[in-house]
Amino acid sequence: MAGGMERLGSRSRQAKYVLRLYVSGSTLKSERAVENIKRVCEEHLKGRYDLEVIDIYRQANLARDEQIVAVPTLIKRLPPPLQRLVGDMSNLRSVLFGLDLRTREQ
Amino acid sequence: MTQQKKARRPSSKTLPKALTGIQGLDEITGGGLPSGRPTLVSGGAGAGKTMFGLEFLVRGATQYGEPGVFMSFEETIPDLTKNAASLGFDLGRLVAEKKLFLDHVAISRHEIEETGEYDLDGLFIRIADAVKRVGARRVVLDTIEALFGELPNPGILRAEIRRLFDWLKQQGLTTIITAERDRPDKLTRHGIEEFVSDCVIVLDHRIREEISTRRLRVVKYRGSTHGTNEYPFLIDEHGISVLPISSLGLDHAAPAARMSTGIDRLDGMMGGKGFYRGSSILMSGTSGTGKTSVAAHFVDAACRRGERCLYFAIEESPRQVVRNMRSIGIDLEPWVRKGLLQFHAARPTYGGIEEVLLLTHKHISSFQPSVVVVDPITTLLMVSTLNEVRSMLTRLVDFLKTQEITAIFTSLTAAGGDLEANEADVSSLMDTWLLLKTIEVGGERNRALYVLKSRGMEHSNQIREFVLTNDGLRLLDVYLGPEGVLTGAARMSQEGREKAAGTFRRQQLEGRGRELDRKRQIFEARMTMLRAEFEVEEEIIQQSISESKLLDAELLQDRGQMVRSREADTSAYKKVGSAPAARER
Repeated sequence: MAGGMERLGSRSRQAKYVLRLYVSGSTLKSERAVENIKRVCEEHLKGRYDLEVIDIYRQANLARDEQIVAVPTLIKRLPPPLQRLVGDMSNLRSVLFGLDLRTREQ
Repeated sequence: MTQQKKARRPSSKTLPKALTGIQGLDEITGGGLPSGRPTLVSGGAGAGKTMFGLEFLVRGATQYGEPGVFMSFEETIPDLTKNAASLGFDLGRLVAEKKLFLDHVAISRHEIEETGEYDLDGLFIRIADAVKRVGARRVVLDTIEALFGELPNPGILRAEIRRLFDWLKQQGLTTIITAERDRPDKLTRHGIEEFVSDCVIVLDHRIREEISTRRLRVVKYRGSTHGTNEYPFLIDEHGISVLPISSLGLDHAAPAARMSTGIDRLDGMMGGKGFYRGSSILMSGTSGTGKTSVAAHFVDAACRRGERCLYFAIEESPRQVVRNMRSIGIDLEPWVRKGLLQFHAARPTYGGIEEVLLLTHKHISSFQPSVVVVDPITTLLMVSTLNEVRSMLTRLVDFLKTQEITAIFTSLTAAGGDLEANEADVSSLMDTWLLLKTIEVGGERNRALYVLKSRGMEHSNQIREFVLTNDGLRLLDVYLGPEGVLTGAARMSQEGREKAAGTFRRQQLEGRGRELDRKRQIFEARMTMLRAEFEVEEEIIQQSISESKLLDAELLQDRGQMVRSREADTSAYKKVGSAPAARER
């Protein structure tokens, strides 16, 4: 099953986010991760993000190329620096920190 | 896809095993690692874990038709390829031939933010895909514990690693999981050994007195017998070689053929036929007792028969040996020229004892001799402990026996020490033990030898003197006197004394004979004299007897006359004698 691909982007005065979420099949964790990251993007990055959800289940080469070990993994390609977020994105605080949307102290 | 030929030894009935192809390891484990199950290989940094894993895969792919997957969590693929090349393995070619799949798992902690529950499906998918691509039967995870440093939440990680091992087992993949061992009391840093219940191997790399020694130990092997010793191993351009301390089954052939020692009378001491072919002979003695000379005779005889000999000269240079032997009339040089005799100067000082063993193996394998001389083994003790030397010799003797090579080991005994006690440690490995010694008597030293033991043959128990002549070694006649074996001048003087004593005894005997004659004559003379005296005495006595008889007769006559003349007095005398008559009065 090819990974679902969703492109949500818009012009914005702030930096544009390029995000890739790697999941494996349709596990509960994967579904939860997709839901969670979409919610975060809509709330914090509305109009300025590009999220792609990739199912590595049948694309092992992709997993190798992107060095995916843990699943789900979200890779923030832009803006720099490159950042990996591992887990089902249920910890909102960590997700926001990982995406540079807030500092650790907040 | 490559054929999935099962590499199993028929001897292991209980647990299917996968041959590793690592020299020596399959002997220790009785046929390799548990097939279709994970094995933990643990060791400190630089212990050789990666090499172990690589060789397991390469041998599997090239020798047993079992392709493999290498998951490297530390080294990059170019590094891995380069390291493998130092073992003589061409990973690039194997990858191109689809016999091997290499994957470098690289993640770095500082890029990672934990946002909740995760699993290792990424890793699972990569391994599953790699296994499918080459039809792998073997997998190496080197070193999966590195993930603990890179992924958050050790609890999840542990559970996931356990799940991975279970999955590998389910897939029937023979797996090696390497683990860093940084503390002697723990096998792995994060305790993953509890997930690997079948087989645990520990590698160790120590440096002692500037000599590095690698060791391997099978800590656990469920459902299988295995050697439990620490086995030294080497990593060189041919890969890993584990040196079993002793082969677990002593099933080498025992040839009944004999070969001459090259010294007639020594053959004579061993049932007239010499050593058994394929046996191991220990020849020990103090310095200058002629150990090398005996060995040279044996080598010379073997070369004469057209057999190849390999001579490890550990203390003397080959030239020295050849020169010295020429002085006793043995010319080894022609044999060297003909290619029948090869010398190797093997000084163990720099390489360590395993190195010596390995070199010995190599030379023997390439030259295929029927006779091997190691002269002397004692030097090895200087670079190693007695235990190590003993284990090395055990392995060497085993190896030689399997090749049916006859071997002479000379051993230098410290002067003054107990000859027999010193060698007790290695002598049990040997089939025949010749002892050479000097006997010091009457201000000179003489050489003697005896056969202390010789398994499976009749042998002389005499101590024999020998001399080294221009024409080789010559055993002399045995002289056993009341004072023990005698040698040299003492033997000759004793022989002289013996002769003199004999003459003396003979003379004494003759003398005694004459004395007897003399005594007999005297006795006879005395007898005559005594008889004459007796006759004289007898005559006198007879005379006196007859005189007395005459006298008696005369006396009787006289008394009768007197009685008759005094008649009355006789009756009166009688009455006085009766008492009642007297009382009546």
